[in-house]
Amino acid sequence: MVDFSLWDIFRNLLLAARWTVGLSLVAFAGGALVGLALLLVRLARWPGARLGVSLYVQVFQGTPLLMQLFLAYFGLALLGVNVSAWVAAGMALTLYSSAFLTEIWRGCVDAVPKGQWEASESLALSFGETLRHVVGPQALRIAVPPTVGFLVQVIKGTALASVIGFIELTKAGTMITNATFRPFTVYACVALLYFALCWPVSAYSRRLERSFRRVH
Amino acid sequence: MSTEPIVSIRGLRKRFGENEVLKGIDFEVQRGEVVAIIGKSGSGKSTLLRCINGLEAFQQGELEVDGQALKHGNAAAMRALRQHVGMIFQSFNLFPHLSVGRNVMLAPTLVKQRDKPAATAQARKLLERVGLAEKFDAWPDQLSGGQQQRVAIARALAMEPSVMLCDEITSALDPELVGEVLRVVETLADEGMTLLMVTHEMGFARKVSDRVVFMHAGRIHEMGPPERLFGAPQTPELQQFLSALH
Amino acid sequence: MIQLDFLAVLEQWPALLSGAGFTLGLSATAAVVGVGVGVACGWARSLGPAWLQRLVGVYVELIRNTPFIVQLFFIYFGLPSLGVKLSPEVASIIAMVVNLGAYAAEIARAGIEGTPRGQFEAARSLALTEFQVFTRVVLPPALARVWPALVSQIVIVMLGSAVCGQISAQELSYAANLIQSRNFRAFEATLIATAMYLLLAIGVRQFLFWAGPRWIFGRPQASGR
Repeated sequence: MVDFSLWDIFRNLLLAARWTVGLSLVAFAGGALVGLALLLVRLARWPGARLGVSLYVQVFQGTPLLMQLFLAYFGLALLGVNVSAWVAAGMALTLYSSAFLTEIWRGCVDAVPKGQWEASESLALSFGETLRHVVGPQALRIAVPPTVGFLVQVIKGTALASVIGFIELTKAGTMITNATFRPFTVYACVALLYFALCWPVSAYSRRLERSFRRVH
Repeated sequence: MSTEPIVSIRGLRKRFGENEVLKGIDFEVQRGEVVAIIGKSGSGKSTLLRCINGLEAFQQGELEVDGQALKHGNAAAMRALRQHVGMIFQSFNLFPHLSVGRNVMLAPTLVKQRDKPAATAQARKLLERVGLAEKFDAWPDQLSGGQQQRVAIARALAMEPSVMLCDEITSALDPELVGEVLRVVETLADEGMTLLMVTHEMGFARKVSDRVVFMHAGRIHEMGPPERLFGAPQTPELQQFLSALH
Repeated sequence: MIQLDFLAVLEQWPALLSGAGFTLGLSATAAVVGVGVGVACGWARSLGPAWLQRLVGVYVELIRNTPFIVQLFFIYFGLPSLGVKLSPEVASIIAMVVNLGAYAAEIARAGIEGTPRGQFEAARSLALTEFQVFTRVVLPPALARVWPALVSQIVIVMLGSAVCGQISAQELSYAANLIQSRNFRAFEATLIATAMYLLLAIGVRQFLFWAGPRWIFGRPQASGR
């Protein structure tokens, strides 16, 4: 009878947690790129951009992340692409992140007083120059705390990738539970590991927000 | 006529941290008396008023209102005392989520267990008394400052207090709205309500009060009938205070 | 050429409807109890004793920094080893309540802390008990103040309930899963269920914005706010 020690469990979970971190970073970075592109398209007032991006955001914010992951997984399979859970999860989480990030950043740009745009225009700055030198830096400073805070949501979101078979922390927890028959201990460890990943980021985001409010 | 004072304060001392704000107050108010409390800001006049209904705690001394002794730790005793003392605030503090009528009805319904028809009838009567009968279903943010303050008076009267405390009740009002509130207060005084008013309205104080208390640096500096205090101030501090007002 | 067959899925509309109904039922129960928990915790954090503030703080941080699916698995798979056996439905509701409660606690706390001091003073001066001051004077405007955030969080929890299908709670994603296991129309079933979730989210949001002012905090015609 194989008896698993707490350390055995913990070690295996730690190994799986690497994939959680990896997926989180990929999705966050990818989401930031796509989200930024959507933001710029919206700000540049391309025809249909405002409505299009708004609908995009509403769909991703109004549907379960789990279903988005399933759609990516089954959708890609339909297209005949032999896709691993890793790619499907990465894609779905990237699009999910892009929707939330673009919405967060839109709020931050809106938070910059309108007078800043008007002053720049009066000084004959182009749209691009206004964004790069006047509005952008101000919006960026406002955006840092909530963006860091959203990373926590992404990390938590990767847990759902376990459902489509991606072996990250939660999936490892399920597998180890099935091997050891100690669900209470295993899932408690899983929770603790997520907490260890998320809480520092949350705390940092709060600290950033406090320092931002002090200055303003 | 009863000779027992309705408010009795003995040796009251209050500190905010290291700063002693009330340095030993001895003070009595008779039933039906109208007392105006005047003084510079920082003299402790609002603090004294807020001690009387327990919004501020004091470190030393005794305070009794209408036979109820003020006991800070005892929530039931505080509530019993507050049923005898009504308070009107500088910033009105009407409840924004309740209509005018319901603002007036809330406390009698919850505290005195009055049933709804009786509370409604009482509220209507009180609103009529302050000249706002038609505003029963209005919302506080639809009223002017003077109207809101009159609703606040009606709300306090609904609990049938023996003493009314008025903490600079016209200081936050536009000048043209001050008169309507002072008229209501004057009516209360004429009807025999015991009133303690912290006020900057010297003309009103002179006209309506039986006694004026001048506070300075945490103590009662001068006290007496309005003609004497306003007409012949004894101490240099009061003389300075009154001349600074002109 | 990809062959999509939505009809095969739409034929199963009773199952889908039943699943959606179950999702709504779970969410409604969790919303009522969860907001109740949240308000109590919000009171504790802003007006309660220091030790209670810290305890609630630990609860809030634990829930907000761990994924819902892990919380659900812990409750459904983990608790039985302590002798607590739960049905999928009960486990789902408990997990959703515990989850919503933590988020609602922070939202409620923000609302309560936005109460002007004068409201407390006026209510106390009218001899109301502390309980009456909180429930009749402080809470209604506080809820009105944070209603959009609270509604958003309720919708988030409802969408998160899709995970409960993984422990066989018979809600909408479970229904879609069952359908596609029979007719192999995985993409179509998922797409239709996703669209239904979107409609549910929109519907619930509209309903709560209509119901809140009418039933919970006072003015049906919120003017000037």
